Amino acid sequence: MAEVLVYVDHVDGAVRKPTLELLTLARRIGEPVAVALGNGAADTAAALAEHGAPRVLTADAPEFADYLVVPKVDALQAAHAAVSPVAVLVPSSAEGKEIAARLAVRIGSGIITDAVDLEAGDEGPVATQSAFAASFTTKSRVSKGTPVITVKPNSAAVEAAPAAGVVEALEVSFSAGATGTKVVSRTPRESTGRPELTEAAIVVSGGRGVNGAENFAIIEKLADSLGAAVGASRAAVDAGWYPHSNQVGQTGKSVSPQLYIASGISGAIQHRAGMQTSKTIVAINKDAEAPIFDLVDYGVVGDLFEVVPQLTTEIESRKG
Amino acid sequence: MSLRIVVCVKYVPDATGDRHFADDLTVDRDDVDGLLSELDEYAVEQALQIAEDADDAEITVLTVGPEDAKDALRKALSMGADKAVHVEDDDLHGTDVMGTSLVLAKAIEKTGYDLVICGMASTDGTMGVLPAILAERLNVPQVTLLSEVSVEDGTVKGRRDGDTASEQLEAALPAVVSVTDQSGEARYPSFKGIMAAKKKPVEALDLDDLDIDADEVGLEGAWTAVDSAAERPARTAGTIVKDEGEGGKQLAEFLAGQKFI
Repeated sequence: MAEVLVYVDHVDGAVRKPTLELLTLARRIGEPVAVALGNGAADTAAALAEHGAPRVLTADAPEFADYLVVPKVDALQAAHAAVSPVAVLVPSSAEGKEIAARLAVRIGSGIITDAVDLEAGDEGPVATQSAFAASFTTKSRVSKGTPVITVKPNSAAVEAAPAAGVVEALEVSFSAGATGTKVVSRTPRESTGRPELTEAAIVVSGGRGVNGAENFAIIEKLADSLGAAVGASRAAVDAGWYPHSNQVGQTGKSVSPQLYIASGISGAIQHRAGMQTSKTIVAINKDAEAPIFDLVDYGVVGDLFEVVPQLTTEIESRKG
Repeated sequence: MSLRIVVCVKYVPDATGDRHFADDLTVDRDDVDGLLSELDEYAVEQALQIAEDADDAEITVLTVGPEDAKDALRKALSMGADKAVHVEDDDLHGTDVMGTSLVLAKAIEKTGYDLVICGMASTDGTMGVLPAILAERLNVPQVTLLSEVSVEDGTVKGRRDGDTASEQLEAALPAVVSVTDQSGEARYPSFKGIMAAKKKPVEALDLDDLDIDADEVGLEGAWTAVDSAAERPARTAGTIVKDEGEGGKQLAEFLAGQKFI
């Protein structure tokens, strides 16, 4: 059966959810062969096996952590040469896209980034993408070489599909350029205990209307009542009320959760670009004319300082 | 020796306009006003700051695009860049990221460089992979997605804020850098800058000048194909209520009905 390379995004062996979603998509096209690199690579095998990977290629070397991107490209290229897959799938993180793009140049293949769906087609995998702040949907395919496709989080369901998950060592020889960009130091992001923004099923965001860093506490409370991630609009981030790592929009994260709750966000194009593909959209804004209300499934015109706490209390009481 | 900086910029349709696709499924550039991609302004700004800190530096802005793309170059020149290179050729219509990166790489090599600076992504294609591909093609270090950048003694340093960690990076020049919108607000062109820009040289290049065959670029030379583009159906009108004191509870009722709580 045709094999599909799946690049594994993991933290010290803990597989991140978008990779498991990729396995679901990979199985539509062929048999997944996972590629896990760096510290803890072999520890990923159990989770990958459970979600449909018969083979897991692993490599570990200090270069993967000490130098930017290129060592991983070298390894993925080695996996491509060893497996001759019909497609290469990579999670659409910033790093994932860079790895995929450099691989594509090397193997003479076209690349599609930020796919939101993938299906088998007569001329290779067909990717669905969103364009122009998600106002258009396109279907594309790679017309030269082995399709290299990066896929956004939340594009498919995680499905259990038990497979062997046999770990095989991947031989990697690093290129001359592998040590070009040194990672001098790395400071892990402090965990908030909340889900990762791009992976969360529910996102609660605050914007200009939140009117101050200290007021984000009510957004966080609502998020915690729903087990949600917290987002912020560019206006809120530029004002210094919330970290840039939580920014939703064109220059921040692009999210596609089951439920998106926008509080005090007007819905400028920059923001819509990052959240318009959310399944259900809810907004709270005191301005009835705010463009965000054009997108919503349910909107409340009102003061977020009244509505949000009432909603949080109601959710807490319904949970009992 | 002079530090040679090349800033890659893109002329894009205004994101606040009604952007759409042309009949051949390329981005329609005729019906919507174009401008210098906002995210590339940050690249120009960092180039200017690096040049100000260097003893001697020269900034060239480079774009690949139709006649109108000169507007983007003019804007960058009026911000303070020294000269511009415009690659324009009818055969470039429909070029994908692989073709564009090939053209840019050849033009950068022809111009001569120590440092290439790009924005984090374009505001129309939004792929964000061009800087990495340029580094691969030029075979120099990639120091990308920086929120802070500096150059000293032939070394470029910067901070890359990733999903799970913030990293300090370092590479020897020549290198390709990309900067985010966190790198620092871009300056507005001064009146003096706008006047001066009119006299700055803009070199025009075509594919022949870069030894690139027409079949390596354009829609036919693209390594990807768009089969269809459909306007996303307008979201069905939702329920909008005015808060009369029960707004939060009504919203909870809706969320419960959707099984979110």
